Amino acid sequence: MPDTASKVTEGAASIVTADSHAIVTADHSPVGGLAHDARGGISNPILGMLLFISSEVMFFAGLFAAYFSTRANFVDANGVKEWPPSEFAHILNPFSLILVATIVLILSSVTLQMAIWAIRKDDRRGFIRNMAVTFILGILFLVMQAIDYSWLFADGLTMGSGPFGTTYFTLTGFHGAHVFGGVIMLGVVLYRGLTGQFSSRHHDAVEAASLYWHFVDVVWIILFSILYFL
Amino acid sequence: MATHALNPATSTYSRGVLYDWLTTTDHKKIGIMYVINSFLFFLIGGILALVVRTELAAPGLQFLSDEHVYNEMFTMHATMMIFLFVIPMLAGLGNYIVPLQIGAPDMAFPRINALSLWMLPLGGILLISSFFTGGTAAAGWTSYPPLSLDGPLKSPGSGQDLWIVALILIGTSSILGGINFLVTIFKMRAPGMTLFRMPIMVWTVLVTSVLVVMATPVITSALVMLFIDRNYGGHFFDPFGGGSAVLYQNIFWFYSHPAVYVMILPAMGVISEVLPVFSRKPLFGYKAFIFATAGIGALGFSVWAHHMFTTGAVFLPFFSLLTFLIAVPTGVKMFNWVFTLFRGQLTFSTPLIFAIGFLTMFLIGGINGAFSASVPVDFALHDTYWVVAHIHYVLFGGSVFGVFAGLYYWFPKMTGRMLDESLGKIHFVLMFVGFNLTFFPMHMLGLEGMPRRIADYAADAGWNNWNMAATIGGFVIATSILPFLWNVFASLRNGKIAGDDPWEGNTLEWATSSPPPPYNFDHLPEIRSERPVFDARHGVEGH
Repeated sequence: MPDTASKVTEGAASIVTADSHAIVTADHSPVGGLAHDARGGISNPILGMLLFISSEVMFFAGLFAAYFSTRANFVDANGVKEWPPSEFAHILNPFSLILVATIVLILSSVTLQMAIWAIRKDDRRGFIRNMAVTFILGILFLVMQAIDYSWLFADGLTMGSGPFGTTYFTLTGFHGAHVFGGVIMLGVVLYRGLTGQFSSRHHDAVEAASLYWHFVDVVWIILFSILYFL
Repeated sequence: MATHALNPATSTYSRGVLYDWLTTTDHKKIGIMYVINSFLFFLIGGILALVVRTELAAPGLQFLSDEHVYNEMFTMHATMMIFLFVIPMLAGLGNYIVPLQIGAPDMAFPRINALSLWMLPLGGILLISSFFTGGTAAAGWTSYPPLSLDGPLKSPGSGQDLWIVALILIGTSSILGGINFLVTIFKMRAPGMTLFRMPIMVWTVLVTSVLVVMATPVITSALVMLFIDRNYGGHFFDPFGGGSAVLYQNIFWFYSHPAVYVMILPAMGVISEVLPVFSRKPLFGYKAFIFATAGIGALGFSVWAHHMFTTGAVFLPFFSLLTFLIAVPTGVKMFNWVFTLFRGQLTFSTPLIFAIGFLTMFLIGGINGAFSASVPVDFALHDTYWVVAHIHYVLFGGSVFGVFAGLYYWFPKMTGRMLDESLGKIHFVLMFVGFNLTFFPMHMLGLEGMPRRIADYAADAGWNNWNMAATIGGFVIATSILPFLWNVFASLRNGKIAGDDPWEGNTLEWATSSPPPPYNFDHLPEIRSERPVFDARHGVEGH
């Protein structure tokens, strides 16, 4: 009976016996026993996070589509087709604080990956140290973005300053909101790490949060390249 | 092997009934609450439809104070029926049935499942609250800018904003639900339940969930941009501010066309469960049906602009061709269903009758839709009552009949009681007659040029009789709900005890008790085909 053959995966709590056709579980709750790694392969939380990220990709795809459509149709009051519009062109300088913020965000992905490698080797001290650095870098990015926004406001670029201002603040703002969500995730993971909840066998939450954080990082790299260089 | 048999009783402890239901993470209770919540919005949306039909019964404005109120009524009718009834109702049936059909103890993320459920009434309350905050959204369920933008002649006030926020909440609920379904289906199937042994219902929910996860965030992006335009001085969609109204339409329909498949595919799944059981045959062309479902899902992403033929801003031949192509997989399914019935031993129980109602009405909805895929025909029919007829033939004639087929089919499983057959048949006859009386005349009205979304029409336009017929039909539909409600009420109190498997079903939900225990199964039969319970009943020789 190949289809109902015994299937015992390492660390799995559920075991199926071919002869009785009954589902039997190890000694914790039936759902917990069956919900995790019942079929081997990718774990439920990781698959769930990957699907969530694909829906987030589609959300940003909508915003990017709006950006390119707006940009392609843009004509200023004098009938000039120029993007960014001449009055804002000098404000957006990529080689300023925003570049530092970009480097901070990329660094945070590196430290997060180091945290993952640490917990995979059961190195909890290294894990917590790298998580803490990642968490602080994430907050630092948000602070820098806020400062950058205040400078842009002072220079007269706001949400209401034409299609350019609207698309700029919508795209960077929603990215910032996602960074904020990611920082909360990292905070939860850090807290759980401090209470000793993770090990090399059990750290799905860390892997899932890191996938999300890397995704947010990649979105920023694309966003930064498009808004400042393209 | 430290093992002991899964004993559902050990994992429950006593709680108050209300507390238990409000805090439950059991997919069955959540599924039932989905169904009840959706049905409430079906009733509210139905009353709004009656208001619309009453106003349209005769020319002139008799019933409503002015056109703006009329705009609010049809906007809220469509919004509730689509986002708070059809989509969550099918998600609720899926929520109840999918884990059972794949032999799983629950959904993959039970707590996220509860979150998905509770976001729905929250979104619904936000939407309804706009009645009391100076007027609801009134720009139609599509909420095209500039109608939906803030302005004296457009949509001032908080109604449109509440509409946006409610839809974002409901959309997020859908996305989380879709992720939950996908992980459940990919990861939680019982041993032996390979992908090509999954019941069709599960397959349709799978494809639907892919559409939900990939398309719903796109409308979320359109809604947040609309919100920014309305409240923060944005310039996405206002042509006078350098924006593009057609941009909104593109993004909106990139979601909303796949959304019509979100609203029909699970209903197709329901009748694909019902037809084989009541004709005592396996589904004709099981794999063809699956590939047709996947084909509809894939094509669904490439036809959105057929809603925008008349904008002059889309490439007509491409979208026309792909729209026609959708008829191919849909036609395959019609063959699947008809040849399942062909030479079957039919028992005309209520679920089968509603399934045949789906089959026939959806066929009309498919054919009148294919007309509009032709660009020159669409130019003539665009925004007429023809479109209203089409959408109701697929969404009411299709989805709603499918929903009722599912409710009659699975009510015994959910409650342990049978629904009354006579009342069910009265329900069907009234609904079927009322439905056709309401919506068939709309074809004629559309061909005679009556535009949709108008509160009043000229008395000499020649539309009076058809409109009166449609209004009478609307009230017949409303009447048909009464025997259903009485049926549910009476059957819950003293309906016939159903037993585990009253219909002699094929799929795993019939292998457990009615209603199933927490965590669903004590024992699972061996799964060697897409009909494990049939196999267990008749042995492998039964094939």
